[in-house]
Amino acid sequence: MLASQRHTYWLLIVPAVLLMLVFYIYPLIQVLWISVTEPYFGLQNYEALLSRPLLHRIWLTTLRICAITTIITVTLGYLVAYAMARVGERQRTTMMFCILLTFWLSVLIRAFAWVMLLRNGGLINSALMGLGIIDGDLPLLRNEFAVIVGMVHFMMPLAVLPIYSNMSGIDGRYVSAARGLGASPWEAFWHIHLPLSKPGLIAATILVFVFSLGFFITPAILGGGKVVMISEYIQVSFEETLRWGQATMLASSLLFAVLLTLALVARFVDLKKVFGAR
Amino acid sequence: MAETALASRPEPQSRASHSLSIRSLSKYYGSLAAVDDVSLEVRQGRFLTLLGPSGSGKTTILMATAGFVQPSAGEILLDDKPITNLPPDKRNFGMVFQGYALFPHMSVEDNIWFPLRVRGVSKSAAAKSVATSLELVQMAHLAKRLPTQLSGGQQQRVALARALVFQPDLLLLDEPLSALDKKLRADLQWELKSLHARLGTTFIYVTHDQEEALSMSDEIVILRDGKIEQQGDPVALYERPATRFVADFLGKSNFIRGQSAGGDAQGFRVKAGEVTLHQAGSQAADQPVLIALRPEKLSVTRARPDLPNAIPGRIAAFNYYGSTFHLQVETGALGDLIVTVPAWKCEIDPAIGNEVWLGWEPDASVVVRDN
Repeated sequence: MLASQRHTYWLLIVPAVLLMLVFYIYPLIQVLWISVTEPYFGLQNYEALLSRPLLHRIWLTTLRICAITTIITVTLGYLVAYAMARVGERQRTTMMFCILLTFWLSVLIRAFAWVMLLRNGGLINSALMGLGIIDGDLPLLRNEFAVIVGMVHFMMPLAVLPIYSNMSGIDGRYVSAARGLGASPWEAFWHIHLPLSKPGLIAATILVFVFSLGFFITPAILGGGKVVMISEYIQVSFEETLRWGQATMLASSLLFAVLLTLALVARFVDLKKVFGAR
Repeated sequence: MAETALASRPEPQSRASHSLSIRSLSKYYGSLAAVDDVSLEVRQGRFLTLLGPSGSGKTTILMATAGFVQPSAGEILLDDKPITNLPPDKRNFGMVFQGYALFPHMSVEDNIWFPLRVRGVSKSAAAKSVATSLELVQMAHLAKRLPTQLSGGQQQRVALARALVFQPDLLLLDEPLSALDKKLRADLQWELKSLHARLGTTFIYVTHDQEEALSMSDEIVILRDGKIEQQGDPVALYERPATRFVADFLGKSNFIRGQSAGGDAQGFRVKAGEVTLHQAGSQAADQPVLIALRPEKLSVTRARPDLPNAIPGRIAAFNYYGSTFHLQVETGALGDLIVTVPAWKCEIDPAIGNEVWLGWEPDASVVVRDN
């Protein structure tokens, strides 16, 4: 009976697996294939990754922005999740709604909303000038600052949700016990709560960092062509300079970067535990 | 078995013992009084148990003592020093939580080191105290384990060691045995009591289990709806319950309603329906009286016993518990009475429908307040 039941479960995932094979795995193999065959067979596209300073710069910019975005997002997300795990049921529902709300807005709309706020003569600059704090427009747009602001905003739910789901499972009695045994509020947090929330923290860090690596729309709009991240350069190579070999190579290297990140993290933590498989 | 294990353990360090005063303590949640004007003295070195059903306020009193609950009114003093507004970490009380709350990411020895660690003692300097505490609860061989790798009883011991390692002024225990099975619970009752005797630390113990309260405490405080119902040593409470609630909550009781009808120096008579009973003590005539009668204080015989109180009845049901029979006897006049008799010397044939006589001495029962 058990065996036949197991077969039924496999049948349930067949459509999804087929969909992935046809529309995801096949094109992915195509990308990898083109990256070593265009314009001719070999690793010459990957050599450019080492030899061309432009590509170095783009990769460094990407990694820097991703790292800063990840640190800010996870820190803020931790604070929000901490508050959420402690407020009453009603406030929690409201907070959860507000966090999920951002998912319903297109990333394009959100990026343009930030443009409205950050541009010269935009809400922030005119407000600061109106208050007499600044004399001229602050350069808030078309730079890394703008890109990071937009990315942090987009990534927040991805940080809050795993951290919150981990924190809500931490028995409040551990911190109480620590206090009762003589720990100050800060010591109880540092020695007990923080280590216990580590799996959520790591899951959020991986999620945000990996998502950030491939970010396209937000950097393209808020960076305004001045801050070029890897995805935007891939798009340019594909559609404007028509260098498919380079585009597919960069896309593949992005994939490798993600796998490398996971491999590095896996050396230090049990990923199965982090992602709830055990 | 438990006792031989105790004898081989190291001698305890002597600890200064402290007293606790709770004065007019109240805690309101909205309009609900979880604790309602409770005053309590815990003398130094005592094992005091707060006993009551859920919602009686026992845990709230303990949590206020530990500093986790801010009282709405009243004062808590340790050796006459007010501590009501001190945060938990400034009180120096050891606490064993329900479910133990062992830190899951720390080994047994790191759990026990924790209270010393936050007091600025390095791991190497704490090693001796940690080892002594572990030996005190016979857990030295499992020092490197994680809490999840321990059984319930072992976790309980680690929680005790952790709560005692820093020589706390008081030890607070919140239903520490409730998660354990019956056999283990009985063993640990011996151990806790002997630990208390050896350490001399003042223990405040919260439970809803009357057996635990009776077996370990120097003093029991019975709580009901946020108020103290009765307090005293276990024997006094069991033998002389003041109210119906206490007689029913602490052990089991049969209750007989009647009317007092005059008496003499030996006692007075109680008319219960057509039956007249003899009750020790004194009571003005023509008062309603409620008598509580412990099931084990009734005798069951085939023939009419030579006792001041005797009534015939018929066995309606019985349960066998190995050491005892519990009989439910229909008496007609006094309703159904529950009787407990030692199974090994049961004189009657405990079969449903058999006719028996119940009897008891006038001082076997007590008059209780009906509430």
